[in-house]
Amino acid sequence: MNATPNRNDLKPNTRGHGADIVLSGAEVLLRVLVEQEVDVIFGYPGGAVLPIYDALFKQNAVRHILVRHEQAAVHAAEAYARSTGKVGVVLVTSGPGATNAVTGLVDALMDSIPVVCFTGQVGVPLIGTDAFQEADTTGITRQATKHNYLVKNPADLARVAHEAFHIARSGRPGPVVVDLPKNITVGSAPYAPASRAPHPSYRPRTEPEREAVVRAVAAMKRARRPLFYTGGGIINAGPQASEALGRLVRKTGFPCTSTLMGLGAYPTTDRQFLGMLGMHGTYEANLATHGCDVLVALGARFDDRVTGRLDAFSPDSFKIHADIEPSQINKIVQVDVPIVGDAGRVIEMMLEEWDRQDGAPDPAALGQWWQQIDAWRGIRSLHFEQDRTPSAIIRPQYAVRRLYELAMETGRDTFVSTEVGQHQMWAAQHFQFDRPNRWLTSGGLGTMGYGLPAAVGAQVAHPDALVIDIAGEASTLMNIQELGTIAQYRLPVKLFILNNQYMGMVRQWQELLHGSRYSESYSAALPDFIRLAESFHAKGMRATCVGELDDVIRAMLAEPGAVVADICVAQDENCYPMIPSGAAHNQMLLGPEQEGEVKVSAEGRMLV
Amino acid sequence: MTMQDETIVSAVISILVENESGVLARVIGLFSGRGYNIESLTVAPVEQSRHQSRINIVTSGTPQVIEQIKAQVGRLVPVYRVANLTQVGPHVAREMALVKVVSSGEARTEALRIAEAFRARAVDTTATSFVFELTGATDKLDSFIDLMRPLGLAEVSRTGVAAIIRGPRTI
Repeated sequence: MNATPNRNDLKPNTRGHGADIVLSGAEVLLRVLVEQEVDVIFGYPGGAVLPIYDALFKQNAVRHILVRHEQAAVHAAEAYARSTGKVGVVLVTSGPGATNAVTGLVDALMDSIPVVCFTGQVGVPLIGTDAFQEADTTGITRQATKHNYLVKNPADLARVAHEAFHIARSGRPGPVVVDLPKNITVGSAPYAPASRAPHPSYRPRTEPEREAVVRAVAAMKRARRPLFYTGGGIINAGPQASEALGRLVRKTGFPCTSTLMGLGAYPTTDRQFLGMLGMHGTYEANLATHGCDVLVALGARFDDRVTGRLDAFSPDSFKIHADIEPSQINKIVQVDVPIVGDAGRVIEMMLEEWDRQDGAPDPAALGQWWQQIDAWRGIRSLHFEQDRTPSAIIRPQYAVRRLYELAMETGRDTFVSTEVGQHQMWAAQHFQFDRPNRWLTSGGLGTMGYGLPAAVGAQVAHPDALVIDIAGEASTLMNIQELGTIAQYRLPVKLFILNNQYMGMVRQWQELLHGSRYSESYSAALPDFIRLAESFHAKGMRATCVGELDDVIRAMLAEPGAVVADICVAQDENCYPMIPSGAAHNQMLLGPEQEGEVKVSAEGRMLV
Repeated sequence: MTMQDETIVSAVISILVENESGVLARVIGLFSGRGYNIESLTVAPVEQSRHQSRINIVTSGTPQVIEQIKAQVGRLVPVYRVANLTQVGPHVAREMALVKVVSSGEARTEALRIAEAFRARAVDTTATSFVFELTGATDKLDSFIDLMRPLGLAEVSRTGVAAIIRGPRTI
């Protein structure tokens, strides 16, 4: 798409009376999008947004991707944002359009993803009358967004729309809703360029206090058993933050672990990387978290999936916590050195202080620590046995490993999205990410159905890249209608389904906590995924045994168009290692042979 | 690691907000959504020219929770400033009550006598009732209302706490 000539048509008139031009509200909105450098929006039309769709029709600067459900529009925008570092933009209609978007908005809120969602609304005179397709969108989305607006006055439209982008992308990023009554988009409104003046009340802090960083680095220099615990905040801080993290980890020689959201900030194939920590993290990452004496948390928020039993979380460590959002500090775990600031800036300042301050950690102590970590590594907590007989049942971990290895052979830039459940954890454990922004997953909210629309968003943003949704058969059916979007825009998305005919994670918990009573967790009446693919103009493939796996993966990767690969995997496989709920990091289950030993406390049973 | 302090303390939180539609709902929604207590709440515009309102909330929780409340409220986009006055130091916290007492004879005389002792003003008087207006700290209002209970207390309307730092400092 060559948008350049049309882009100029929509630019505000900089030669004279830019601020005085009167356009329709819909045209004003389109100008704001152009000024905010939006090149694509994800949406679904309806009565209340018809004026905006009409304005979209008359221009070519902003591309519109028609999804098949509004929830998918938000997930696609999230993945677009996560994989590009830009703001993802959504346009939906009033009432059901807005309520369908709510799950996506909360997902973006929990994972700090910058999204601006424009929702249609009934005209201002009709608000509050229970009009057709009226919903109290600002009321419903107040707790689902970082901020939201209802534009009741045409004079506010341009300012609010610009401000929404600023709020979505700055500080701790998040979703912003702008509710647009139909009379505002139909009627005339003045255009105004984005204000350069600081926002009167919203002023996020990005520059860390030097004094706090000085204290943090002093503690790091005294450390005998240090550990970096890194999170999604580093991804949000931009690729330069990940690059700086790499320098800091190498310079200090410290081990580094990561949350689910932070994967790729530090190369997961590097020797200093211990794997993910938390409920399904590696043995070495969790034991190091438990045993470290200085814990450096960067852009992570001590989520319950990470900490396990709180009173036993990293009990002997001096804790440093850097986060851009002050409310995250001391929320779950009391820390010794709080640092408020952008993760990238904090890391750069730590590097400066590391060079400036005298001394270095005791090399003998650090050597011993690494020896201990290597001993933990020797447990090989992610190890699994795969029977290589061609007729053998495929283990899901093996399928992910082979997918990774064969995808790497293509040499293509690869983006992986996931749904939510066992397959998501296997993907996190067995796929490797050496660069940030390539791993797209629903962490905080745990939204089944995230992966396929996320793959849409990533593929739209990176048309030439390899985009794979590592899915489970249950999750992916929650947004399977997006195969329609994939077909319409000829997106070569690869849907890689680890099909075990169960909501695997639900089944695993039922096995561990509820006497293997598999209440409603069997995926009955599944579609034939090959014929499903074909009906959506995609290629369908199936692997039922080890002997077929590589051929199917190779064929999928070689296929120029969209593929649905149905990988029939072992039905009874559970996701290990695992910290049972309510247990501490040093009470991990390494495999099914230990299942009998699991004694989940009454308290643990109540945890999710 | 510092152990977490589990004692429940009371705190007066003052919040200066942009006076825009929905701002009170944001603050209250945050309290209910995160399970924080609201013991009393007052809100009114304080800077008409700058479109600012002040919300005063009396809440309670562990020191860690109170700190979280302050931080979470501070995240809201239309919030200019948020202060825990209990932590800032000496402050004045006052509320007003309108107290209706319906009685006669000895009880009526006693009610009037106690009202004088509390410097409550009778703002409405009929042959069988008084409405007293009383301003002061919450516990003073509480004890006045307790004393009125056996003397024909019929109805109470209270404003909730308005608070401000003592001395030249502001939030």
